[in-house]
Formats: sequence, C-alpha cells, structure tokens
Amino acid sequence: MDIQLKRGLLDVCVLAAIKSEDSYGYKIIKDMKPYIEISESTLYTILKRLELAGMLTVRTSEHGGRLRKYYHITKAGLGRLEDFKDEWREVMSIYQFVTLGDTKNEKK
Amino acid sequence: MRKNEFLAALRARLSALPVAEREERIGFYSEMIDDRIEEGLSEEEAVDGVGSVEDIADQILSEVPPARVEVKEKRKLGAGVIVLLALGSPIWLSLAVAAFAVLIAFYAVLWSLVAVVWSVFAALVAAGFGGIIGGITVAIVSNAFAGLALIAAALFCAGLAIFLFFGCLSATVGSAILTKKTFIGIKNLIVRKEKI
Repeated sequence: MDIQLKRGLLDVCVLAAIKSEDSYGYKIIKDMKPYIEISESTLYTILKRLELAGMLTVRTSEHGGRLRKYYHITKAGLGRLEDFKDEWREVMSIYQFVTLGDTKNEKK
Repeated sequence: MRKNEFLAALRARLSALPVAEREERIGFYSEMIDDRIEEGLSEEEAVDGVGSVEDIADQILSEVPPARVEVKEKRKLGAGVIVLLALGSPIWLSLAVAAFAVLIAFYAVLWSLVAVVWSVFAALVAAGFGGIIGGITVAIVSNAFAGLALIAAALFCAGLAIFLFFGCLSATVGSAILTKKTFIGIKNLIVRKEKI
C-alpha cells in the first residue's frame, strides 16, 4: 500500500483495535496484522500522538509480575472513528471515479 | 540475542534521546518481548520478532524531530576521545581532584577569616558590656578614676564593635555570593544545560 495512504489509515486502525476493549501494545499489533502491518516503533509513535491528541488514555497495570501498559479509547477517539466512516464514503466515491469505465474496457 | 543484550544495545544507540523518552521506548520494547515470550516463544525468538536493534534505532531517530537529536549528538564523544579520556584519567583526574582540593582550601580559609572577624566583633561586644559593668562597679566600690577609665575603654570597644558589625556583615554577604557563584560554575561545568 502507498505509504502516505497507509499512514493516514494506521491511526484509525489503532483506535479500532482498542475500540471494544482496552488493549496493550503486542495485542494491538496482532489484532491489526490480518489487515495492516505495523512495526513496534511506528505503533509507539502513533500511540503517543493519539494520547497527546486526547484520543486515548494510558494506564499501567501489573500483569504476571511485570508492568504492562493498557490503552483506553476516549470519546474523542470514538469520534475520530465515526469521522472516518464519513471520510471513507468520500474515498469510495473517489474510487468509483478512478475506476470509471474500467469494466467497459475489460469487456472489449 | 538475549532480551537484556537487546535492550542494552538499543539504549546505547538511542543515547542521543532525552533520558525519559529513551527509557519509555525501552520499556515499550521490553513489554513487547515479554508478551511474545508469554505467548510461547523462546527469549531468542521473541527478540528476533521485534526486529534488529539497528533498524529500530534508525527508525526511531528518523522520526524524532532533528533539533532534539542534534543538540545532544554534538556532545556525543567519539570512540577515540573516550579512549584518550580513559587513558589520560590518571593525569587529568588527579589534576581535577587537586584543583578541587585547592578550591575547597581557599573557601575554608575565606570562611575562617569571616569567622575570625565575627569573633573579634563578639569579643568587642563582650569587652564593651563587661567594661561598662566592671567600670561602674570599680568606680563605686574603689577608685572612681580607674572606674571611669575602664568605662571609657569599654565605650571605645562598643563603638568599634558597631563599626565592625557592618564590616562583618558585608564580608559574610560577599563570601556567600562568591561561594554560590563558584558552585554554580562548577555545577554548570559538570551538568550542562540541555537545550530541548
């Protein structure tokens, strides 16, 4: 996937990964894996950015004798996901514009 | 590679980052490795899964705004300089210790002088009070002239004490300012201000 396009989608995907329940770094990567690849350092940067933007909060919790950071989506984060749905409708109409006439050509 | 080796290598490569940020990132990778181990991977496999230290460090440093890295990178010492510093340590370290000892001695002398001046002041005050009380006693009990002479001497001492008080005060204040400035100077030599 084009790197610019991917960059915009990663933020949304990370938010989607913590939408239904709080999650931690490794689980976020695993949950995203079937859809989009993300490296640890990229994830770190995105989590930091989303935290600063108030879209998620972080809490440190003990797990098996060590500390693990859990990420919790905020109202603003959920709002961002809602916005994405609207944005994606626009993207879909752009897609139709881009592919306009393709099927006609294939038939020839 | 073991987890500790990996984290130590990463820490070394990220030395240009501010400490807090670096440790937070190290903690992040530590958690990632632990979670992989928990899933059933061996320590080696878990570390491999995270990626190579070089790639990770390069990516992190490329993401961090250059201004924050550069300032610290300029201060990074080359391997040659570090070796020279280590080899030369018997010379410069002893010189530094000597310089520090001289400085301490200087301040010990300075503050001793301040203490001396205050002692003289205290002695004059004591002489003033004692002289006046003694003089009055002598004047009444035995010789009036000797008593008056004693009172006069005591008043003289008291007068000197008042003058000396201001001298003492400015000597103390001056020494305090000098000491403070020197220590701030030494502190700035060792702990350089970080511009971030």
